[in-house]
Formats: sequence, C-alpha cells, structure tokens
Amino acid sequence: MTSRKSVLVLGGSSDIGRAAARAFAKAGYDVALAGRDAAALEPDAADLRARYAIEASTQRFDVLDTASFDGFVAGLPVLPDVVISIIGLLGVQQNAESDLAQATTIIRSNYEGPSLILGLFAEKFLGRGNGTIVGVSSVAGDRGRASNYVYGSAKAGFTAFLSGLRARASRGGVHVVTVKPGFVRTKMTEGMKLIGPLTVDAPVVGDAILAAVEKKTDVVYVSGKWRLVMLIIKALPEAVFKRLKF
Amino acid sequence: MTLVSGWGRFPVVDSEVLRPRSFEAVGEAVVTGSVARGNGRAYGDAAIGSARTIAMTGFDRVRSFDPATGCIRLEAGVLLSDLIATFGPRGFLPFVVPGTRFVSVGGAIAADVHGKNHHGEGGFGRYVDSILLRTGQGKTIEISREQNSDAFFATVGGMGLTGVILEATMRLRSVETGWIRERVISASDLDAAMRALEASCSATYSVAWIDCVARGRDLGRSLIYLGEHARIDELADGDDRFPAGNNPGLAVPIDLPSMTLNRYSIRAFNELYYRMGARRAGGDHVVSLYPYFFPLDSIKDWNRIYGRRGFLQHQCVIPEAGARDVLGDILDRVSKRGDASFLAVLKKLGHGDGLLSFPLPGYTLALDFPVKGDILNFLDEIDRLVVAAGGRLYLAKDARQSRATFEAGYPALSRFNAIRKSLDPAGNIRSKLSQRLFDEV
Repeated sequence: MTSRKSVLVLGGSSDIGRAAARAFAKAGYDVALAGRDAAALEPDAADLRARYAIEASTQRFDVLDTASFDGFVAGLPVLPDVVISIIGLLGVQQNAESDLAQATTIIRSNYEGPSLILGLFAEKFLGRGNGTIVGVSSVAGDRGRASNYVYGSAKAGFTAFLSGLRARASRGGVHVVTVKPGFVRTKMTEGMKLIGPLTVDAPVVGDAILAAVEKKTDVVYVSGKWRLVMLIIKALPEAVFKRLKF
Repeated sequence: MTLVSGWGRFPVVDSEVLRPRSFEAVGEAVVTGSVARGNGRAYGDAAIGSARTIAMTGFDRVRSFDPATGCIRLEAGVLLSDLIATFGPRGFLPFVVPGTRFVSVGGAIAADVHGKNHHGEGGFGRYVDSILLRTGQGKTIEISREQNSDAFFATVGGMGLTGVILEATMRLRSVETGWIRERVISASDLDAAMRALEASCSATYSVAWIDCVARGRDLGRSLIYLGEHARIDELADGDDRFPAGNNPGLAVPIDLPSMTLNRYSIRAFNELYYRMGARRAGGDHVVSLYPYFFPLDSIKDWNRIYGRRGFLQHQCVIPEAGARDVLGDILDRVSKRGDASFLAVLKKLGHGDGLLSFPLPGYTLALDFPVKGDILNFLDEIDRLVVAAGGRLYLAKDARQSRATFEAGYPALSRFNAIRKSLDPAGNIRSKLSQRLFDEV
C-alpha cells in the first residue's frame, strides 16, 4: 500500500490501455492492469515499475463473464481512485449481420460488460464519496453507419449509459468521463484504411484520458476535428445519410 | 507489398512489412530475405528486407531498471526519445546519442551509432552489456563480451545482419541535470577547425558545423560546439532540473520543390548561420540537451526539404594522418558544386567496437546532397579519395557506395561474414543493403 493515487485499467493489454497506464504511472499513480490473461500483462506491469518507480499489478478480468463482476470488485486489494474501461471489440460487421453469436459478442463486449462493471464501481465510489470513472466509447456510437452499426450501436448504448451515470454520480462526488478516440493506430485498426489527419497514435489518447480525469472533463473527442466531423454527420438528414457508403 | 525507404527517401523499394506482436511471432516472421527495422532513421537501404521488413517499434517495454547502477534491460523497439523523456527526469541519460533521438535501441546497436562524445567515450555499443538475438537460423541466444562474443561483436555495428535484436541490457549515465554547458568556437578555415577539435579532445562533447559553401580563404570555416553536462548549481534560477522535451513544433508539411535548396539559398543560410554562431563564440552558456544534441529534431519531417526524389548523406571517416589534405580536397570539390546543404558536420572519432562499426581514429565528415543530376558520379569520385586515404563510409547513411569501396573500407568483413554464416547458414537475414554490398550474387 502506498499513499499514491491508484488507477485500474480494464483492457490493459490493448494499445490504448498500455498508453493510458503509462500516462497515469508517469503522473505518479499506482496501476492495476486487468485483462483476460493476467500473466500476459506482467511484462507491461514490469515496464511501468521500471519506468516510473510506482507499484503495478495485474488482475484477471473477462468482460463477458458478468457473473464474476461482483467477486472481481470485492477481490481487489484496493478500491482504485480511477477506473478506466478500454474494452472494446470491433468484430466483423459482415459476419455479425448473419451470425447472431458474433453480433451478441460484439454487443456484450462493447455495451453490456463495460456498462455493468463501471456501474458497479460507481456504486462503490459513491459509497466512498469520490472517484473517477472513464469509459472509452467511440465516435462510431454517435450515429449508426451501414459499415459498422452493430459495433456502433453497442458503443451508442455505452455512451448513453455513461451520460446517465455521470448525471447521477456527479451529485455524489463521482466524476464520469466519456472518451471518443476517433481513428487510432492500434492492433484493432491495423490494416484498416485510416484518414491520416483524423488519426492519432495511442499515447495521444492515453495523455488525453489523464488530462480529462485531472480537469474533470465530461466528454472528450481526442482530436477536436472529430467533434466537428461527428457534428456534421449527426446533422445530415436521414434521407441523405442512408445513401452514403461508409 | 509496401513501398519502403529510409530517412533519405532514396531508394524507395518494395518490401512486405510485418509488425509482429510477440517474440514468437518475430521468429515466425523471419523468412528468406528478412531484416528488422526500428524507427526507419537509417538513411538508405539498411532497414529494408530484401523480401520482408520486420517492424520492431511495437516492442517498447522496459524490462527492468536499477537506479543504483543505471543498468537497464529493454526491448529493442524502445526509442532513445522515450528513454530520455522517461529516465532523464530521474537523472539518467543514454551514454551515447546520435544526431536524432528518434532511433530505436535495436537500430542504435545495429549501426553502433556514435555521438558528439565518440572521441573520448566511444560508441553506443560500448555501453551495451548483452543482447538477446534471434538468429537467422531460428535460435534465440543471449550474447555479450563474455558469452557468444563473436556474435556480440558482429551484432554491434552489424546492420541487423546477424539476426533480429530482441532485447538489450545497457548502462545509462547518471547526470545531475538535462542541460549542457556549451561553448562555441568560431574557426575561420579548415585548419583552424581541426586545430580546435584537436585542442578540445578533453571536452566530453565536441562537433564542428562546417560551411561547405565557403570557398578560397574561407574553405572549411566552422563553428565548433563543445559541451559538458551542466551541474545543478550552473542552472539559471527557475530552470527545471530537466528541460521539457520540445516536441517538433515546426513541420515540413509537403515535399518542397527540389529547387528550394540551391547554391544561393544555401549560401545565404550558411552566411547567416555562421555569423549568428560566431557572435555567440567565447563564453560558456547553458542550453537544453534537446537543441544541443538534436538540433534538427525540432523540425518534423525535415527530410522533405530535399524534395520528392530524396537526398543522400555521404558520411566518411578519414584516418587521422592524412585527414587534413583529403578533407580539404573533398570540401574544395563540394564547395565548387555548391549544392551540399546546411547539414555538414565534422567530428573527431575514436576506435569502433564492433567488427563493422564505422568509427576509426580520425575525422568524420557528413554532407547532404539532393538526389539529382550527376550526384552519384560525383560521390563515386569522393569515395575514391576516401578509399585512397584508408577511410570508409557509414553504412547507416549509405544508399549507393560500391562493393569495392565497402570492401576496401572494412578489413574485418571476411571475419564478419564467417560469423554471420555460422549464425544463419541458410542466409535468411538479408536486407537491400546486404544484397548490394555483402551477399553472394
């Protein structure tokens, strides 16, 4: 136990998760990395310890195993000051259109699991009277597009959950941040055609998450350009939007 | 396939780029014609696989660090910029940094990069204690001066041709601050510049910027930058112990037309630069390590200034004895052409450590030229002067030297080839550079 603040990163093996963990460790937080394979997270925990002389640990967490959530939260050695969910699954839209199992996994990974676990932490934080919850959602949740609406609709649900949670929790001293990264060069987007000026590297997202927590920002578009892009996309009449091929 | 080039953007060639996520995946990625690539700052064709290029920057973890000794174990894709930003504030810096901090540890070992302290403190490889190497034969071995020492000395400076560097253990330098106490000396010609470098051998860091457009009486006029790590009591009030990293502010957003750099614009730039520097000559002043070590890092994508066709950096080293005459001859020819640009650097080097390490005791001169006209023929002429003087060219910068020039400059080549063969009998590790200069055809 230390006197430092602590952060729990759910989805700690993702590129954005690693970047967020580094940003918080650099700022002096102790870090717990959580993911399906805790042993695989150990090299990242060692990296944080070596770099920043803070404490870093790993936890096993499976976003699809909702029955384990109560036990997961109760079993943590310390209730963190900040919890971040970076969990997401892009999946393959074409498969999800006909394969219900695939569609269900996408919806559960992006909406059900992240919402339920962050909701549980919100209860604990409200009981304590402080804490910050960060949900990494997506600009894809701002409007359902033909090319990825299964993923997008799940993110939309997650965004709405965070919005409501924020309104409720803010009265109890708990802050909720919604992050919409836009295009990020990561494992998830490798091989995709990304638009250069709208694309950032994972460390930029990590730094943006830390800044949002420290400044108590509500909704973060990592690149300001995305706020404008999504404003335009959201404003298009449905009759026009449905003809667009993206 | 993807079009790949080095920092000089010449040549541009096809190679399949793979980005493995685990060391096992690195092993699986190695097929005949593979080489590892770090941050792509080798200028020519060193980090391009003849068939497949294995991108290593995803391996960016520090495995362990001991603040009592400065000993660090890290993955090969960690960038020096990352090391400096992370460990600088804790009082540790790499012992050796090249002219850009945006290089990977693996790349720095493979090129055995040198810095402004090579004359006294040696190159990057001198501070590397051991390396985890995935050989072309598929073995993963730990190599050091004591264990598999042949492989170690072939890998330091071996341009990635002994296998894929996965991890390394090295020592960091303990520093009080991230600032440098700098002294600028102005030298009116080449003799004065070489005398000043010779006289400042005891300085930790020394380098000369040469105005390679100046001719006649002014031939070789230079500004010499000496540096020492500043102590805490030398900092101005209000300075942080470690300066903030200046992320590139300026950027070159497009390829400038190749006519942007011509003898008039370069002459004007150099005149201004020399005069401003000369005005600072004399007393000591304290500067951030970033502009001192990495002046060009503050301009993002500065390689685009040379236009779409790219540029060549010619970096040679001439043994001490004949250096004055040969350097004078080279500078005379270059100044008559007038198209070598502002990055002309003269520096004293000491012994290299690896079999193919570039440095040898003498003077190194680095010149940039846009790729156009008869530049390739001109550089061949310069190479003949270098070879005649017993000198050699830096493989990390090279994109065009001939086999004859290379073989003349690197007498340990046959020894290197034998070690490479024993580590990779099937010849799986091949880069565009090795095809050009090493491999049997």
